[in-house]
Amino acid sequence: MNHNHPVFIDNDPQSELVTLNLGPTHPATHGVFQNVLQLDGERIVSGVSTIGYIHRAFEKIAEHRPFYQITPLTDRLNYCSSPINNMGWHMTVEKLLNIKLPKRVDYLRVIIMELSRISDHIICNTIIGQDTGATTTFLYLFQFREHIYEIFEEVCGARLTTNIGRIGGFERDFNEIAFAKINKFLKEFPVALREFENLLSRNRIFIDRTAGVAEVTKETALEYSWTGPLLRATGVDYDVRVSDPYSSYQDFDFEVPVGTSGDIYDRYLVRNEEMWQSVRIIEQALEKIKSEPKGIFHADVPEFYLPPKQEVYNNMEALIYHFKIVMGEIDAPKAEVYHAVEGGNGELGFYLINDGGRTPYRLHFRRPSFVNYQMFASMSEGMLLSDAIINMSSMNIIAGELDA
Amino acid sequence: MEETTLNNNIHVKLTEKFGEKVTAVSEPYGLLTFVTYKDVIINVLSYLKEELKFNFLTDITAVHYPEKDHGIAVVYHLHNMVEKIRIRIKVFTSEQNPTIPTATTVWKGANWMERETYDFFGVKFEDHPDLRRILNMDDLGVHPMLKQYPLEDPNRVDKKDEFFGR
Repeated sequence: MNHNHPVFIDNDPQSELVTLNLGPTHPATHGVFQNVLQLDGERIVSGVSTIGYIHRAFEKIAEHRPFYQITPLTDRLNYCSSPINNMGWHMTVEKLLNIKLPKRVDYLRVIIMELSRISDHIICNTIIGQDTGATTTFLYLFQFREHIYEIFEEVCGARLTTNIGRIGGFERDFNEIAFAKINKFLKEFPVALREFENLLSRNRIFIDRTAGVAEVTKETALEYSWTGPLLRATGVDYDVRVSDPYSSYQDFDFEVPVGTSGDIYDRYLVRNEEMWQSVRIIEQALEKIKSEPKGIFHADVPEFYLPPKQEVYNNMEALIYHFKIVMGEIDAPKAEVYHAVEGGNGELGFYLINDGGRTPYRLHFRRPSFVNYQMFASMSEGMLLSDAIINMSSMNIIAGELDA
Repeated sequence: MEETTLNNNIHVKLTEKFGEKVTAVSEPYGLLTFVTYKDVIINVLSYLKEELKFNFLTDITAVHYPEKDHGIAVVYHLHNMVEKIRIRIKVFTSEQNPTIPTATTVWKGANWMERETYDFFGVKFEDHPDLRRILNMDDLGVHPMLKQYPLEDPNRVDKKDEFFGR
């Protein structure tokens, strides 16, 4: 018997409740989720979420991989902003190994992470527009996600599952084309974002569909361990970048936008404002890089950072390090470490226990989508089905991160 | 430096309140970590939440140590958002019959985290409102994150550890 697929048993002949299987592959839910809903007309009486459709046992696989081979696994958590996951993982290992990065590398990372945040928020906000009937906005802003992917492609060669950077820095320096593309993006994106806001933010239909829908108080949000834009929309100014700065975020001047009522409209506004702040951070980072010594793209840690191929062929030490790193034989302290970064959806945490072997003894991902999503079914009770759909879009649940 | 004094204060307060129930205190990478027991874990969590303002439950998970007597460690990460301190609490429970009281009475958000821990480690959270598997299928029959379950088919000859110097 399958307990995960509850069937609402309804013996009352007078009852007019309908059971609806929303998902697992429903076109309106943007991902593989199943919600078994009991409907009274168009109103949801109760619901049960079933998850795990793309569970790939990453935590188990990670126990059998050397540290550098775990990066491609993190790509596939929140695949809308994989560089944040990659770098979160790199920073966890760097914390374990006590590696201090040069400022220029930190700033380069900040640029990439903020670009990913923008691409993540573009997806969420345009899809809220799409689900409330505004296809124009979706098509309009979505092309900038493509431009961001072109920048990633220039830096690391990949677009979606990036595997960007290495433990200790980047695999190569940003080239001129990458900087040119970032500058072009910074020039064109604000114009499009302004137009996007003009189309939606004061749009009567959009406000009617979103304002006052799925309101959440800050007490409830904290009780359910919400983080990220969802928590900030309820009015709590918690942002890992500020409260626990990593990668030199303390050097930047930016604001943490908060909402008041935690409804869908507030979440939309918070994400929009965060995109503006991300643009600000990238501009500052580009400015700061100019005063840093050129050409530095990784920390000087030969034990942990792969040497250039030319040296591997011609230099004894480099060959030894190369062999040890590739075989996972690096000397990492026996310790446990928790490191959190602000992902697109909230606090993305890595809890790593190392026993001195070549693979982690235990690695746990604290995945914001997983934690945030548990409130969805109980939130939906009493809501119209069409509101529940945009509520799900505004929570920006990414199936890869939900199921790990 | 500042972090250490903060952590010391918390440690002193916890010891005053719970005495010998708070053991093995350490501070890896500035994060206060201690071990407690399952008869007081809910009191410890509520005390931390109500009195010491650790209002936010970041994470619940477990770790399996097959060579220890009490081989399953349930690990809680809490966060004091106002003073920006994190804390880690561990409770060891036996491998044969891993049980621990549920934290859903303290935070509602513990629900799915505990379901995930149950799913992967078989830890039974007593009085949990809805303790079902969450990511794996129901008829899996095992709790796959336990160390005795191999990742791949152990009969494969091309992936033996000794070939890789392990």
